[in-house]
Amino acid sequence: MPSEDGDVATRVTTAASHEALGLGEDDLLSIHRTMLTARLVDEASFRLNRQGKAPFVVPVSGHEGCQVGTAWALRRGQDIWVPYYRDVAVVLVAGMTPVEIFLGLFAKADDPSSGGRQMPSHWGSRRLGIISHSSPIATQVPHAAGIAYAAKYRKEDAVVGCWFGEGATSEGAWHEGMNFAGIHKLPIVFICENNQYAISVAQAKQMAVENVADRGPAYGFPGVVVDGSDVIACYGAMRTAVDRARAGEGPTLIEAKTYRFFPHTSDDDDRSYRTREEVEAAKHRDPLHLFEHYLRKVGVLEKSAVDELAVEVKAEVDKAVDQAWSAPDPEPSSLTRHVFSEGDEA
Amino acid sequence: MTEKNVVTAIHDTLHERMAADERVVILGEDIATRGGVFRVTQGFLDEFGEERVIDTPIAEGMIVGVAVGMALHGLLPVAEIEFADFIHPAFDQMVSEVSRMRYRTNGDFGLPMVVRAPYGGGVHGALYHSQSIEAFYGHIPGLKVVVPSTPYDATGMLRAAIDDPDPVLFLEHKRTYRLIKGDVPDEPFVVPIGKADVKREGDDLSVISYGLMLHVCLEAASRLQDQEGVKAEVVDVRTINPLDTETILTSVRKTGKAMVVYEDNRTYGAGAEIAATIAEEAMFDLDGPIVRIGGPDVPAMGFATNLEHAFLPDADRIYTHMLELARF
Repeated sequence: MPSEDGDVATRVTTAASHEALGLGEDDLLSIHRTMLTARLVDEASFRLNRQGKAPFVVPVSGHEGCQVGTAWALRRGQDIWVPYYRDVAVVLVAGMTPVEIFLGLFAKADDPSSGGRQMPSHWGSRRLGIISHSSPIATQVPHAAGIAYAAKYRKEDAVVGCWFGEGATSEGAWHEGMNFAGIHKLPIVFICENNQYAISVAQAKQMAVENVADRGPAYGFPGVVVDGSDVIACYGAMRTAVDRARAGEGPTLIEAKTYRFFPHTSDDDDRSYRTREEVEAAKHRDPLHLFEHYLRKVGVLEKSAVDELAVEVKAEVDKAVDQAWSAPDPEPSSLTRHVFSEGDEA
Repeated sequence: MTEKNVVTAIHDTLHERMAADERVVILGEDIATRGGVFRVTQGFLDEFGEERVIDTPIAEGMIVGVAVGMALHGLLPVAEIEFADFIHPAFDQMVSEVSRMRYRTNGDFGLPMVVRAPYGGGVHGALYHSQSIEAFYGHIPGLKVVVPSTPYDATGMLRAAIDDPDPVLFLEHKRTYRLIKGDVPDEPFVVPIGKADVKREGDDLSVISYGLMLHVCLEAASRLQDQEGVKAEVVDVRTINPLDTETILTSVRKTGKAMVVYEDNRTYGAGAEIAATIAEEAMFDLDGPIVRIGGPDVPAMGFATNLEHAFLPDADRIYTHMLELARF
């Protein structure tokens, strides 16, 4: 939808306060705690990687604002989450616990996503409505459209959230899924976490446009650009999109401009494609710090409370690490199971 | 009993399942308004409505990917790929998603879905409307691949495929659609996936085949008995994966001679797996070499009638090989 300033995509700013969006103090504190948990899960994961206990880590740091902000507008147990591998904070909102995340990191038998079969961060849980995904990029986009089609067909009021990076938007599957969702005005919100790099390939080498969101109108639905470092703005954009989807008005493409503070994965070295100055500059807009500043400004959280909370959450995360580390590994004999139905699935 | 051809058998079965179960939805190119390029879904749009009979854009990966989503959320989608030749854009969905969903979630998610695809040559389809694709997909654990070749089997196996909790690639040989007729019971019945079928009994040699080639083998076997008194047993594989090795090996152990016939390019074709299985499991029951007949290793059959015929193994050629093997 063309906005008044002539841009194709609509831009969302933090004009709306949390009160105007219906968020109370408890919501703000929960949002903050979730973002903080994601950040500390990340730091613990990298520490474990350096200790040789976690072979592979996909970091989230920098994305917590857009992940928690958008995920917060969906309802646990009713709506469907179709995340991608960077979405630690999305799955925390969906109900996955740090222990479960670390069970996946250590590839333990009780890893809810895959029982230690997939690489870490390949989320999935039928119980939580988190849809399993693979490593090929954007393959989950048509799945999300199909789920939204089924929800609409079954006359549920469920909304599907589908997350991906801007790299995914170059894939044919992305276009095909967006197109199908537009044709059928499906109850779905597409969230692009645009961190400007597809591993090492900068956005300018991925697309000729400034905004991924500009593509939304080409599929017959709005594209919205939002500051991914502003968790409240992300929530606001998602709230509008979810309401629109639930009202039967169709999809929205939200593009959150964000930045990842760590390399693509623990196996990547981002010094080959990003200057340290660029990374440090991006950290000045750390979504966690910006939100803590906001919480202090509106009088919800004192500086000292932030520090206490960090200690408390870190202790929780460390406990989760210990619990997951001591959990059993998968049995080698389980390798051949679940190729096909064993007839006892719920 | 009603006599019908293969395309009618598939139409009727799909119709019956859609009428019985609202979870069954179909999607694909030209399947709604047009009723399918082969008329498999003729009349479905009027009867079941556009929510259940979905004309899609031309995007095969999306067709399969959307079906995955539907299957994840309580529906029983039956996707149609207009021609098997066009399924290649969906290879990633089939390999990375469809066949791995259950395994990668340790059994948490399942995909009760069917992908139907008309395949095979003999219809002037040239390079891109004649391909056999079963070997690509038969190689993937987690995906069932079936190739029914008669109206009876197409009926019973489509019912089994839709009932199956796991994904099934349902391959329909285009040439059999209107060529092959047979009696089909009017009451619902199931032909289990993973079971081969002895279509003609014999003691002198075993011929293992499927698809259009099954019918060519049956014709050759009939002539062989009439003209030479040689009795060939013809085994219809019916399911490429999981392969019913037991039925195949039982036949081979009985006759002591094995011949595998398939239309796909010979090298790395599904027949190679069958021949290897026989060699591994029944070597000491054999009284002759395993004979493998497949399409030539050229990229495709040509449009010209004689080029198409030159590609497809025919009854004369199979007859000659059968006789040679029987006399070995």
